[in-house]
Amino acid sequence: MRSLIAEDYVTPEGEFVINMGPQHPSTHGVLHLKLWLNGETVNKVEPHLGYIHRSIEKMSENLSYRNFIFATSRMDYLAAHINNEACALTVEKGLGIEAPPRAKYVRTIISELTRLSSHQLWWGCTGLDLGAVTPFFYAFREREAIMEIMEETCGARLTQNYMVPGGLMVDIHPNFQKRVKEVLTLIKKNFNEYDEILTGNVIFENRTKEVGYLSKEDAISYGVTGPTARASGVSCDIRKWFPYSAYDQVQFNEILDTGGDCYARYMVRMHEMRESVSIIEQLIDNIPEGDYQTKTKAVLKLPKGEFYQRVETPRGELGVYIVSDGAASPYRIKYRSPGFSNLSALPVMAKGGKIGDLVAIMATIDLVIPDIDR
Amino acid sequence: MNIPLLYSLSGLARTIHIWLAGLISNEMLLLTTEMVIMGISLIAFLVLLCFFLGYMERRVAAFMEIRLGPNRVGPKGTLQIVADTVKLLLKEGLTPDLSDKFLFNLAPLIVVITSMLVIAPIAFAKDFQLWDINIGVLYVSSVSSIAVIGILMAGWASNNKYSLLGAMRSGAQIVSYELSVGLSLISIVILSGSLSLSDIVYSQSNGWWIFKGHIPIIISFVIFVVASTAEINRAPFDMAEADQELTGGFNTEYAGMKFAMFLLSEYINLFVVSAIAATIFLGGWMPFHIGGWESFNHIMDYIPSFFWFMGKTFFIIFIIMWFRWTFPRLRVDQLLSLEWKYLLPISMVNTILITVMAIMGWHF
Amino acid sequence: MTHEELKNTLTAILPSSSFDETGEFLTVIVPSEDLLPFMTELRSNTGLDFDYLFCLTCIDWKDHLMMVYHLMSKTHKHALVIKAKLTNREDPQIETVCHIWRTAEFHEREVFDLFGVKFINHPDLRRIFLDDDWDGFPLRKDYVDENMIEI
Repeated sequence: MRSLIAEDYVTPEGEFVINMGPQHPSTHGVLHLKLWLNGETVNKVEPHLGYIHRSIEKMSENLSYRNFIFATSRMDYLAAHINNEACALTVEKGLGIEAPPRAKYVRTIISELTRLSSHQLWWGCTGLDLGAVTPFFYAFREREAIMEIMEETCGARLTQNYMVPGGLMVDIHPNFQKRVKEVLTLIKKNFNEYDEILTGNVIFENRTKEVGYLSKEDAISYGVTGPTARASGVSCDIRKWFPYSAYDQVQFNEILDTGGDCYARYMVRMHEMRESVSIIEQLIDNIPEGDYQTKTKAVLKLPKGEFYQRVETPRGELGVYIVSDGAASPYRIKYRSPGFSNLSALPVMAKGGKIGDLVAIMATIDLVIPDIDR
Repeated sequence: MNIPLLYSLSGLARTIHIWLAGLISNEMLLLTTEMVIMGISLIAFLVLLCFFLGYMERRVAAFMEIRLGPNRVGPKGTLQIVADTVKLLLKEGLTPDLSDKFLFNLAPLIVVITSMLVIAPIAFAKDFQLWDINIGVLYVSSVSSIAVIGILMAGWASNNKYSLLGAMRSGAQIVSYELSVGLSLISIVILSGSLSLSDIVYSQSNGWWIFKGHIPIIISFVIFVVASTAEINRAPFDMAEADQELTGGFNTEYAGMKFAMFLLSEYINLFVVSAIAATIFLGGWMPFHIGGWESFNHIMDYIPSFFWFMGKTFFIIFIIMWFRWTFPRLRVDQLLSLEWKYLLPISMVNTILITVMAIMGWHF
Repeated sequence: MTHEELKNTLTAILPSSSFDETGEFLTVIVPSEDLLPFMTELRSNTGLDFDYLFCLTCIDWKDHLMMVYHLMSKTHKHALVIKAKLTNREDPQIETVCHIWRTAEFHEREVFDLFGVKFINHPDLRRIFLDDDWDGFPLRKDYVDENMIEI
């Protein structure tokens, strides 16, 4: 038997080195974290990425402006619609066209449904990561209802493709409005259960309060966005700062918290779900009649130049940066994915905490690994 | 003490004893034969019990999680656990190359054997227990703490960093929570004046301790349930396994039947602590009586004592399962501070209160 | 600040910079050797206060590489794009900005991984997505791989 006290176990300073991942239940995929431990205390975290790097940016350089969008559904698979919307908006910006009002409204509704379903999955996984299995099933009850709407609308449940340059791929299903309203009623009814089973639990509060603190300065400096940054008091909601689609038509609040800890991040997302419900409620009865797509040429060619579009995904700010040389496919495309920047702040948050805290932090950052690795 | 109408398994045991005594004249041989029979029937009982507990856990979990649970194998999914056992039996009992093979294979046995040993002094029904040892409470608390050696052994011998962390957590946890468990057991020992479990049961013939002993006994009952949940490494105190943190902790490297041994011991431990809680606080096999209601008490007496015991035990098992499926896990430092900062001081003060109560005769 | 005000301020800081206003954001092209002092000034100047680096990337223009920094100020709510040209394709080097904006640490590692730009004084310059022994820099236009397929 090889001795446990060997170079690869313990550093000369006496730190215990363990590898968390790439196969680990709470890294939500194939993230690999190298941890330096002092007993249970985490002294240092080093993320190792790239286990599912698919080089979507390089692939897109050879795809047409209609086709490259579909690869983005595989990036942040919990917010496929929002990724597609970002790309569609960028191409529209380049072409100088706008989607018709009907498409804008439907895009906004679908985006918010996506946000709801993503946050519900996150909520379930957060419970699971903290050792409570039951919330996961509660979350999936509502998520399933949303997934059925998605399936009816665009035929897919996970890697959805619905938003194309110029508007929507097809018109909404006749049942759409009715079913969305049903889902909203169900979700509003069940929000109380969410709070009863997890939010008010004393163990949950102890596990999340004053854990994984991220200061406002650090959040901005690390480029952290989305609910993670808003929990540290950074106003960064793209829907408010740079409204796109129909977000300028609706009333909603940007949820801000100043706690900066896991509990604040949790509460921001919980309130965001309620805001999303309110946004959909404002829009669902007012979807204007008319075209769902602007007429575009068969082969799209963007003029020479650079186009940047930001959208708010459930995880934060997704930027799509297209450099065009006038050809039928992008010259260079860069996705500024929210998860990548959010992950870079993980070492600061996790330092000095316990292993259990690290798991709680990863859960509340809401990491989606394909979004990080692209 | 005279409860005439209570059915009991003791008659069956006596019949077998008389029959065997007629067959075998040598006393030593008779004792050995009886012990072998007891051992085999105990193991058979425990395995069946674990099948049932496994099924119950899945059903309870499904009930908590708004889903159906096992419903494919056998009627209402009752044979699911049999299917799982067959699967575990057929799997390769892997031993990692760099592990300490002797300790690695020994650890599951130690864990299972200790949890089986604790069964000995428990009275399943009126006058029906394997060994009416006069220091039953002491025996239970001392033998059950041997299990930590098995867990530490498993964690160390696996030669896996996660296993080692899990084992270390488990060591700290079990050693700490032993204290609270011990103190809450002692509170009843003070009141009943005996360490023998059968005496403790008989001392409750005029009312269970949880009703007789005022608030201090309720406190020590709660502490016992919480601390023993921690002692048997079940969620929300499953630090040693902690799937989401340590990928399974001390049993990460175990597979097949060796892993099933840990599972078996977990369920036996669950049964044992619930049985002890039922024996000590809820009157063991004693039926539920209300003073003055003679006819009601008579009806209660007709329910066999075995069912009383099992009913109480499964009530506590259900509560512990309820914990597991609704609570998040504690963090390791919170777990220790819960014991050392809250449970232990409370149970110390509580013990003093109960002592005063016993001296002054304030209980019923 | 409006584009005009920004232009005036920036010209005062670095006279050798040139501007490009065709895109959505005001674009400044600075010589790569002047980048670090220029960036430091952008962050520390209270009138500018660019505290948020929201995108950092590189473009391969076949004859040269172009570093692109997208900056925004959370306080003044203005945005700016800074570009720095790297003419040496064999050994492109530029100063790191990761002590100004911490997010640059990961983004610069990504650019190093996929374009081969070396960031001077970067604390931990390793490949981030690809294996350490990977040959070449995939996002460059002249990258070839035996597994690549013509579409």
